[in-house]
Amino acid sequence: MKNRTIKVDALARVEGEGGLYVKMRGDTVVDVKLRIYEPPRFFEAFLRGRDFREPVDITARICGICPIAYQMSAAQAMERICRVKVEGQLRALRRLIYCGEWIESHALHVYLLHAPDFLGYESAIHLAQDHPDIVKRALELKKIGNELMILLGGREVHPINLRVGGFYWVPTRKDLEPLVEKLKWAREAALETVRLVATFPFPDFEQDYEFVALRHPDEYAITEGRLVSNKGLDIDISEYDEHFVEEHAQHSTSLRSHIKERGAYFVGPLARYSLNFDKLSPLAQQAAREAGLGPVCRNPFKSIIVRSVETVYACEEALRIIEEYEMPDKPAVEVQPRAGTGFGCTEAPRGILYHRYTIDIDGIILDAKIVAPTSQNQEIIESDVDYFVRQNATLPDDKLTWLCEQAIRNYDPCISCSCHFLRLHIERE
Amino acid sequence: MNDGETLGDRTSAEKTTARVVVIGVGNLYRRDDAAGLLVAQRLRQEAPGHVTVMELEGEPTALLEVWKDARAVVLIDAVFSGAEAGTIHRLDAQAGAIPQELFRYSTHAVSVAEAIELARALGQLPPKLVVYGIEGKDFSAGVGLSPEVEGRLAELTERVLQELLDATEAEA
Repeated sequence: MKNRTIKVDALARVEGEGGLYVKMRGDTVVDVKLRIYEPPRFFEAFLRGRDFREPVDITARICGICPIAYQMSAAQAMERICRVKVEGQLRALRRLIYCGEWIESHALHVYLLHAPDFLGYESAIHLAQDHPDIVKRALELKKIGNELMILLGGREVHPINLRVGGFYWVPTRKDLEPLVEKLKWAREAALETVRLVATFPFPDFEQDYEFVALRHPDEYAITEGRLVSNKGLDIDISEYDEHFVEEHAQHSTSLRSHIKERGAYFVGPLARYSLNFDKLSPLAQQAAREAGLGPVCRNPFKSIIVRSVETVYACEEALRIIEEYEMPDKPAVEVQPRAGTGFGCTEAPRGILYHRYTIDIDGIILDAKIVAPTSQNQEIIESDVDYFVRQNATLPDDKLTWLCEQAIRNYDPCISCSCHFLRLHIERE
Repeated sequence: MNDGETLGDRTSAEKTTARVVVIGVGNLYRRDDAAGLLVAQRLRQEAPGHVTVMELEGEPTALLEVWKDARAVVLIDAVFSGAEAGTIHRLDAQAGAIPQELFRYSTHAVSVAEAIELARALGQLPPKLVVYGIEGKDFSAGVGLSPEVEGRLAELTERVLQELLDATEAEA
């Protein structure tokens, strides 16, 4: 049997730096490991002994792409401990800034990171050389997401205006007005995006995933909901630790999550969409149907379409919130510390982001746990790559490597959240 | 100098209309990766009033947005090329492509070098864009620079300051 070795030293176009190791004997896959080298628990240790108001700002630093997700999960957990509910327009504003994060994150991934795979470009730079208009549209769309985050968050990277209980400052109706025309443009651009990506060639690839996402009775869940799956899970987020377990894998210092009873699970746009299609707006549903999607999508390559559909939704939702906005009397609800343990879970662009904190009566943090979407998807990514490599084992090494990278990028892995420094090794013995 | 623009704005509120901009890029919680931000913080005290000082994480579209309207940009970031820790690199974006491998430690999928090449492809590079890279050693999660990097920050700040003065003279 002929043995081959492939080594690739950079996994391009994922957030942070990612690494994958695939070992093959002839055309048989022996092993697939997503390697993550980061000592995982810096932030959790860093938070112990700090004031309960601080994680909102500190955890925002974990990721430059999805700071709002970190801020919101942290704030929600603290509010739950302190028995405070953030409702009405303050809740709406949180959803609004989260829409901004979805728009900017999805625009980045769809156009600059994922589209080059389908169009046969090595990177967005090469795409920009041939199709500057497409890239300019992407940048403009992303910028509008950023503008929402700047207005409500103070700045787009590591926003500073969010706090436990709400905001430090809230906008007037007039402050939000200039965004309306821009968001209308963005909604059209997002619809154009759906139409564009629907024409991409997609490999025929599906697995019987367990999708996990938040679900809310009244809306497409972003900031809150119950945790549900297509295999019977339906729990309050406080029950997360009873159903999900994180373990160290030998090849990785990042933790990998699975459902205790059943194993690997899938979080992110495909899971959200497939569990909550009925909660999307009619326009987003129609865009999805026109792009050839049913109410459930199990092909991770088509996540690019789903992200685009979610972008349409986020633009619409932002417009709706602005339309119905009335400035609240106070920018935040008063929050007094109480001793206890609380949970926060929100839909980061890449999937559910879970926080758990225990604080004492003075609001000092005794314990913190953060589970990022990418560590939750890790087993699924490995299983996709494994399956995909088996299906395509006879391809030459460079093509196979390209496909593996693509299979990983389907998940928009934010490796900077779960780890930092990785490399890619594909090895055939 | 252009009349009517907001000068001397040194708050974190990002002004995209400034003509001379200095941008510190990095992550405060990635040890040596914080170097660019720390230099920017020093420059808030020392840079001439008309220079806009920004601290960014290297998010590509934010960079492109700032560059679009700027006449001269000096960007400071930690780099990793295998050179001795603390080594200061100076790269002129107008002189040619920026080596991609220098900026591996971006927390974003599109690094500073890629952002520069993207801007070049789109015809959006500012007339002057100089990148100062300081060779880092430790990019693990945590706070605090390695001594080799810490020891060169004052010199790096001085060099950037001089670059800003030269850019200002060229503007005048």
